[in-house]
Amino acid sequence: MNRINKIFKEKKNNILSIYYTAGYPGLGDTVAIAAALEKAGADMLEIGFPYSDPVADGPVIQASSKLSLDQGMDLDLLFEQLKELRKTVTIPVLLMGYVNPVLQYGVERFCKSCAEVGVDGCIVPDLPMVEYEEFYKDVFLKYGLSNIFLVTPQTSTERIHKIDSLSNGFIYLLSSSATTGQNLQVSDTTEAYFSRIADLKLNNPTMIGFGISSKETFDKACKYANGGIIGTAFVKAIAAGNLDENIEAFMTKFTS
Amino acid sequence: MNYFVNEKGYYGDFGGAYIPEMLYPNVEELRQNYLKIIGDAEFQKEFHALLKDYVGRPSPLYLAKRLSEKYNANIFLKREDLNHTGAHKINNTIGQILLAEKLGKKRIIAETGAGQHGVATATVCALRGLECVVYMGEIDIQRQAPNVARMKMLGAKVVSAVSGSKTLKDATNEAMRDWINNPVDTHYIIGSVVGPHPYPDMVSIFQSIISEETKKQLIEQTGNDQPDYVLACVGGGSNAMGMFYHFINDENVKLIAIEAGGKGVDTGFSAATTFLGKEGVLHGSRSILMQTADGQVVEPHSVSAGLDYPGIGPQHAHLFKTTRAEYVSVTDDQALNAGLLCTQMEGIIPAIESAHALAHLERMKFKGGENVVVCLSGRGDKDMDTYMKHFGF
Repeated sequence: MNRINKIFKEKKNNILSIYYTAGYPGLGDTVAIAAALEKAGADMLEIGFPYSDPVADGPVIQASSKLSLDQGMDLDLLFEQLKELRKTVTIPVLLMGYVNPVLQYGVERFCKSCAEVGVDGCIVPDLPMVEYEEFYKDVFLKYGLSNIFLVTPQTSTERIHKIDSLSNGFIYLLSSSATTGQNLQVSDTTEAYFSRIADLKLNNPTMIGFGISSKETFDKACKYANGGIIGTAFVKAIAAGNLDENIEAFMTKFTS
Repeated sequence: MNYFVNEKGYYGDFGGAYIPEMLYPNVEELRQNYLKIIGDAEFQKEFHALLKDYVGRPSPLYLAKRLSEKYNANIFLKREDLNHTGAHKINNTIGQILLAEKLGKKRIIAETGAGQHGVATATVCALRGLECVVYMGEIDIQRQAPNVARMKMLGAKVVSAVSGSKTLKDATNEAMRDWINNPVDTHYIIGSVVGPHPYPDMVSIFQSIISEETKKQLIEQTGNDQPDYVLACVGGGSNAMGMFYHFINDENVKLIAIEAGGKGVDTGFSAATTFLGKEGVLHGSRSILMQTADGQVVEPHSVSAGLDYPGIGPQHAHLFKTTRAEYVSVTDDQALNAGLLCTQMEGIIPAIESAHALAHLERMKFKGGENVVVCLSGRGDKDMDTYMKHFGF
């Protein structure tokens, strides 16, 4: 069983997923951060592969991507680094990034490399559902990879059902229609949106992301979904200083 | 061969809508409505009335006599430089502002390189009383100061894009981010034939007024609506698409697109996309773009801010791949010299963008008597600083 399906089977609530950018803050930190996060209590990891023109990202993640690229990160190097990952890390690992680097690497080659290094799923925000279904679904399935779709407050119910039917891991609920790094504001509107999704009784579990930065916002996310995804706040926390200490201090806020 | 968009939003292998889910509702709303709105008789009436009385169309098709003598062909200049705001960009912004109103939008965002599209957007927002935010690369803000002042005077907020190369590509990223963060009340007026479907088709329809008029004017002036050659410069490619549009199915008409070669296509300082690029996805569509082997977008270079873009619209990629149009490039120096030549032989100071198209005439061989249309996409006032520095005036 894919590690993503396994985690949602074993732990239904309060799943904590952490996003970080590969090759940041140091080019060689990718696997060490994964190991430290698992040790500190993360349930799932999203490793971002950097892109020069990340339109869905806010300034913090964009800056981390730029530094990573400047330091020499690319998909070949990332897969080389990830060969070490499964020696220490057992939790689900997803890769997150934009479609053009995947197309240039080759979609089949990308999926094969993911499977070889133990990556369980992918999040490619600018790969549209219709393109995925027509051109890439069979390749993803062949290599046992989950493709994770995003849903926003503006996504229609019909489209959410379609996304649910094409998903085989979890569905990524955006707390608002926004780029990364905004604060989660749970208002009547967002509450109605989260409740609407919960009422749809989807086949796939859900995770809420974008804007989760504190225990309080994480708990709010867990109230409406199976867990929450933290990105910008974590990337900020590891920008400077001792990596292990920063990770432990950051994670203690959520796991204690 | 079909050179136009199909029902799935593709031109052959190119096009589509590669956008994050956050933009899906906006783009889908446009896709479902744009043809219906544009096709409506009331819309057409209002659009054409504004083009006539506000923009000053039809723009003349001018037989440039001295250039014709020099090149031994009939060189016609389609005078988009005479449009209100000084370039072809206004054709599209007039169309899109009317469309945005029909969709009930209250706020307009745009990206701009040379500032021509920014000025054209700020102008139509002032005309219709809508809020306007224009994203512009920090470097372009410096080199196009008069246009920045124009936008501000027109009431637009000009936001500096400070990421990446700080030029058009980054301004486009910032505008897309703004749209993601403001999905309900905002319309994004993209200024070129790039972006997710339906933008390339929508912008080319609005710009197609250029070739529609040219055909009528050619009949009046030459008795034949098909010239031998049609030339236009290409950054993203909106003036070229407008200039080519009604000639695309006239297979006898040779279409030539001129890209910005910068300091030379092999120098690492160039924006010649079809020479240096490969197929990929940028700003929402599958096209040809300048990129590394790893798929990172390469920062282009051109003396002309309006051509300083690492991609081309998907329809151009299709015209290139099918060889329906020929894609060539000229260098910064060749363009500037052609701009000076046009100024001194015809009394017309062209935008450096348009001077790229003129520069290619120098390399063409004519038998004599051929009819050649060059899209003079914009005027050179905004480029005086660059001309002055280059020629030491």
